[in-house]
Amino acid sequence: MPSATLLGQSLLSGIFIGGLYGLLGLGLSLSWGYLRLINLAHFALAFLGAYLTYQLAGVAGMHILLAVLIIVPAFFVLGVAMQWLFTRFSVGEFASLLVSFGMTVIIESAIQWLWTADMRKLQLEQGTVSLQVGTLFVPVTEALMFAVAAALSVATWAWLRFTYVGKAMRASAENPEIAAAFGVDHRRLALLLSGVAAAYAGVAGTFVAVIYTLSPAQIFAWMGVVFAVVILGGLGNPLGVLVAGLVIGVSESMTMAVIAPTWAPLVSFTLLILVLVLRPDRI
Amino acid sequence: MRWQYRAAAFVCVAAVFAALPAFRPPAFVESFLYLVFFWVALATSWNVLSGYSGYFSFGHGAFYGTGTYATAVLATRYEIPFVWTLLAAGLMAALLGVVIGAVVFRVRRLRGELFALLTLAVTYVVATIVLNTRIDGGPGVFLSGVSPPKLYPNAGSTIYVFGVGIAFASLATAWAVQYSRLGRGLFAIHDDEDVAEVLGVPTFRFKLAALALSSFLAGVAGGIHALFVTYVTVSETFAVTVPVFVILMSVLGGARHWLGPAIGAAFITALSYAFVSGESAVASRALIGLILILVILFLPHGVMGFAASRWRLFRQRPPESDRVAATPQERPAAPGRAAGAVLLSCDNVRLGFRGVQALAGVSLEVREGEILGLVGPNGSGKSTLVNAISGYYRPDFGRILFAGEDLVKKDAHRIARLGVARTYQIPRPFLRLSILENVALAATFGAAALDRKAAHREAGHWLRFVGLAERSPALPSELNLHQRKFLELARALACRPRLVLLDEVLSGLTPAEITSAVALVREIRRRGTTIVFIEHNMRAVLELVDSLVVLNYGEVIAQGLPREVVRQQDVVTAYLGAAHA
Repeated sequence: MPSATLLGQSLLSGIFIGGLYGLLGLGLSLSWGYLRLINLAHFALAFLGAYLTYQLAGVAGMHILLAVLIIVPAFFVLGVAMQWLFTRFSVGEFASLLVSFGMTVIIESAIQWLWTADMRKLQLEQGTVSLQVGTLFVPVTEALMFAVAAALSVATWAWLRFTYVGKAMRASAENPEIAAAFGVDHRRLALLLSGVAAAYAGVAGTFVAVIYTLSPAQIFAWMGVVFAVVILGGLGNPLGVLVAGLVIGVSESMTMAVIAPTWAPLVSFTLLILVLVLRPDRI
Repeated sequence: MRWQYRAAAFVCVAAVFAALPAFRPPAFVESFLYLVFFWVALATSWNVLSGYSGYFSFGHGAFYGTGTYATAVLATRYEIPFVWTLLAAGLMAALLGVVIGAVVFRVRRLRGELFALLTLAVTYVVATIVLNTRIDGGPGVFLSGVSPPKLYPNAGSTIYVFGVGIAFASLATAWAVQYSRLGRGLFAIHDDEDVAEVLGVPTFRFKLAALALSSFLAGVAGGIHALFVTYVTVSETFAVTVPVFVILMSVLGGARHWLGPAIGAAFITALSYAFVSGESAVASRALIGLILILVILFLPHGVMGFAASRWRLFRQRPPESDRVAATPQERPAAPGRAAGAVLLSCDNVRLGFRGVQALAGVSLEVREGEILGLVGPNGSGKSTLVNAISGYYRPDFGRILFAGEDLVKKDAHRIARLGVARTYQIPRPFLRLSILENVALAATFGAAALDRKAAHREAGHWLRFVGLAERSPALPSELNLHQRKFLELARALACRPRLVLLDEVLSGLTPAEITSAVALVREIRRRGTTIVFIEHNMRAVLELVDSLVVLNYGEVIAQGLPREVVRQQDVVTAYLGAAHA
């Protein structure tokens, strides 16, 4: 059995990676839950965001916050454009999976062409600062990432729950025809939501760039686990995604600490399979 | 006779490819063709389940990988001859498939995209287990010491011939399945699984059989590929590229035709082979992505689907109605039944949905040869009762006896075989099958259980009966509501049921259409079929039925002769409310 410090440290890193899972899953969950689109390209967008952060903040020497201010609005526009394409060709739920996979492959190729397949790491002095709390080390950027993920989840939840736009969105997801009959413009809402989801991918990408080493193949690395998070959390449920992210993140890192790192995928996917088989009506 | 010629041509093509190494082609030609055949085998095997039934699996990598590792481990560690390891590879993959299917296919209303994710998750689980146990253990498995039987002097040529073998075996399987009962059932599952089950398709068994076939072939292909690559690793074997390429190939070529995936596989393999090195590999990946997007947007049914729709339009010019009309025959009413004996009896049937008691102890009897009217306000449990009798819902309590058999614990397709058919209030035709095929399917799987030819004759007969014969080759989307309702009727009758449950066949029809429908219902009874007639239109009910049952809040509140029942106080109250009574 590993020491208490190691377990504590694992718990902490599980919470942080869970935050990232939640952050990546948030946009995916929104577009799946409200637009009935399974957007695999979300992962590719996040990594495009990460590489752009690397380029702007690392190579061009821009301040990281300025890079974020450029990337996030740009991604919003990109998301709107993607949604326009999906609506223009009236892409259904299953077709969206395939089309967005095609987009993923194209973006991955573009990344590989522009930045090569070599590993890239953004070196920031802020990126490596850690606080010591008792016997535990708390990496500041990862804690910030978790805080941002939690804040965005709560804000999105409140937005959907309390604002007019959010309520219209939920009505539209329930029944687009009836909502339209009551004056809800589904198309514009969809453009907005898709833009927001893509902007979240941009935010997630920035954190990925600061914390992780980048390579194009990484795009596919988190796909399975984030899907597990989205489904566990319930489609279109921002708080659920965060909680599911934490559950999976913590259970993975505990598996890594107690058994072995290579066994970690078993936990999340077994959880996913159990949910799908036992509670398929949840989704 | 035509199919024998085709089969002969098929065998000849396979033989030509298998004989190719004798002409000593350059090595790269052989390895390129091997890759084509490898992907043909994988894509075609995937299609047997996923393309035909619409359950898109992202787990083909798990079956292929199981086969790969089965051969790798058995051939290296246990030194079992290569050919036998292939059999083991197929069987182990099929076993995995059956276990997964037995769990997953039990889940009701598991939507397509969830099945996709579930199978993807299974791939990760299998990969993790292989990586962490002695099966692989981490570093991968070398097969350099394994040699295949010497079909040709050169091992590469021999592996190529195995590739040809599995590719053509997969194609032959897909071909045979497409035109078999299994295939017709799978296509029906694709369009509407519930309806397929009610018409007598054993959906669970069919899906399981298709998955077993599909995973067996993938497993064998994996075993062969293990020898081709000679070094097997988890990250390569269980990569997400396998399911994605397979899906891309099938969708590109057309997933509803046995040859479609092969066309897609040849195209994509050639494309990736043309750009193998450096910069152009990146370009080819991007190009594949772009092709995927364009195909989905502009050619959603693939090359073969596009060709088939053109072919259908071309063939539709001279309508098939002439041929169909050539077999008019009156079926005699089934003899030897004691008129008036109880055919169906419901005894205290209860069914609740989360506290709502949809059926609160319904007891009623339907006598052989009668038309029983079942009326009641909306939400009174009429359709729920139909769903319980036809086996879609399982009652919580009570017995439903049909000709002496208890239906409660039977699957819907067994009930259909016993001779119970139904129509849906909102017509649910199989949208991608022609009108004729819709009805022929019922004749194939229903109580009639006819072979293909007889089923088509039977279907033509019932289509003439309802007046849709000249629309036989059309798709259901080309019909109006009235015609769709009659299609429902023809489909139910083609089962040759002893009892048919008609759920609001008249709703939404014009008065003239109602008159013709009422005449049809009467004619059905005259031919010896017992009818449960659910309807709101009281004029039609009183005109048609021999006895009447009134449901309200899931209970029978009145039954008896129609004229008497409608005068009862509580019936009037249930329909019109107390103030009017």
